[in-house]
Amino acid sequence: MPTKLDVYRYDPETDQEAGRQQYEVDLPEYGTVLDGLIEIRDEQDGTLSMRCSCRSAICGSCSMKINGQSRLACKTLISQIEHESETITVDPMGNMPVIKDLVVNMDSFWDKMRAVEPYLQPAGPEPERENLVSNDSMMRLAVAMNCIMCGACVSDCTVLEVDESFLGPAALAKAFRFAADPRDGHTEERLKSYVEPSGIWDCTRCNMCVQACPKDVEPMERIMDMRVMAIESGLTDSRGARHVEGFSNSVKHSGLLDEFALARKTFGFPKWGFELAPFGIRRLLRRRLPPIIHKGISTAKSITRIFERLGV
Amino acid sequence: MRYAFWPGCVSRGGTPELYPAATAVAAKVGMELVELDQANCTGAGVLGERNDELVDTLNARNFAIAEQQGLDTLLTICSTCQGVMSSVNYKLRERPEYLAKINENLRAEGLEYKGTVRVTHMMWAIVEEMGLDELKTMVVNPLHGIKVAPFYGCYVLRPRYVLGFDEHPDRGQYLEKIIETLGAEPIDYEGKWRCCGFPIMTINESNGLRMVANHTQEAKDKGAHIMVTPCPLCHISLDEFQPKAGNAAGRPINMPVLHLPQMIGSALGFNVKEMGLKRHIISTEPFIQMSGVSRG
Repeated sequence: MPTKLDVYRYDPETDQEAGRQQYEVDLPEYGTVLDGLIEIRDEQDGTLSMRCSCRSAICGSCSMKINGQSRLACKTLISQIEHESETITVDPMGNMPVIKDLVVNMDSFWDKMRAVEPYLQPAGPEPERENLVSNDSMMRLAVAMNCIMCGACVSDCTVLEVDESFLGPAALAKAFRFAADPRDGHTEERLKSYVEPSGIWDCTRCNMCVQACPKDVEPMERIMDMRVMAIESGLTDSRGARHVEGFSNSVKHSGLLDEFALARKTFGFPKWGFELAPFGIRRLLRRRLPPIIHKGISTAKSITRIFERLGV
Repeated sequence: MRYAFWPGCVSRGGTPELYPAATAVAAKVGMELVELDQANCTGAGVLGERNDELVDTLNARNFAIAEQQGLDTLLTICSTCQGVMSSVNYKLRERPEYLAKINENLRAEGLEYKGTVRVTHMMWAIVEEMGLDELKTMVVNPLHGIKVAPFYGCYVLRPRYVLGFDEHPDRGQYLEKIIETLGAEPIDYEGKWRCCGFPIMTINESNGLRMVANHTQEAKDKGAHIMVTPCPLCHISLDEFQPKAGNAAGRPINMPVLHLPQMIGSALGFNVKEMGLKRHIISTEPFIQMSGVSRG
């Protein structure tokens, strides 16, 4: 049975606006979406533009939206996704401007990658011999080192959809790769710059990038790793860090979340009163205020002991 | 079916209308919920920004409490709690040596997690264990003529490998199926699988508000009368922050947002008061009128 592909088309030299074109291709059982697109380009329509090279999920060139989700076309088997819909939709990556058809301008991707200084910056004199790194440290870094810079995570990032200044999952995963490298001598400076606006605290933990990444880099988890590193290194003067601290204190001493106390801690005194007063009044009118006197679980001391045992 | 029940902090705090609505619906459809009154907060993704082992230990504590009571399925009505619990449970069941380390942390508290608990969300349990045919037989007030925009929330969708999508690949379609079963019409729109903005609302409010405005406005543009969500945190974002999001976007939106149990309960014959439909920030009056749900 032929495979149906519904493909985004746009040529700035001839088209006023973007359109779509439908194709049908016959592919073997092990055919990929990229096989289909190449078949179209070579046999049916030579005007279709896309990026591709290795066809082996290594070069990272053929990232695009397939049935709405960013994936490598060469790694996506038709048989894997045929249950999703009768016709496969193919679109260019999101959060980057389209140049033509499935080709996007990745300048902002590379600019942000450069902004995190993605290279080792050792401190002190040059070592006399090779610098040995423990297996545990290397294993921790190896996950982030798997990145092939395909852009799939950036394409699906929900924060970039509303704020193009966000450094984004790819650049921040790369930032982790160097901030967590024991050979780097500038971890503190790096973390100080990553906690600034548009950095690690702007991630909304939506897991889109984790789902999109074809190499299991799990960029969001690397951002969370850097939040832990930032707090542990004393960078606690931000709403994000205060939110974590307030949350942690509440659970530590009662076992449950105290929403009032969390708001006070996150916004700081007296700002929380001004910021939250309109919400409080509206909630009062709807009989929707959370309990003002927080009641924890009766075995809360057990929770406190667990926190203390783990040094939190 | 009998479940260990963890309602989450927000269903009794930030969205206090959810807990009574969900427990009433559960009783009506024959789910026996055994509430774990000594369970702790799951960490909601936030505690993981402090210490992963702590989050794993706290969630293992809840699983161990469920095991002690002879219960093998832990059900929650909070998508975020479900996401954290599923993620921790996946890690503990996949890595026995790590489970042993976590159990060391629990030993002094007289607890041990044996790795037998399964985590589920009320939405999943209704579709997978009770069944939509059974639900349909209970509908006494079909929601005909109501167009509903489903809003899933991240934690019941991603990452799929820890959320059982291999076994249940249609979990990203359950809201639509339930909406149809209740007699209403699901609306398809881009925002349904995206982020509500809640986790950054206290950190970068303008970005969070843009997400709220985008999704509620898109649902409205597609003709939805209401939105429905299985996540209390998404509800706070889409309902409570909607007036501010509308102001920031320069247009009032006025899109009522229901918790999933409220919508189900309205079709099963519960009244406005029992479902807490008057406790939202955005009025649900258009839904009340269209559905004919009893005012009690």
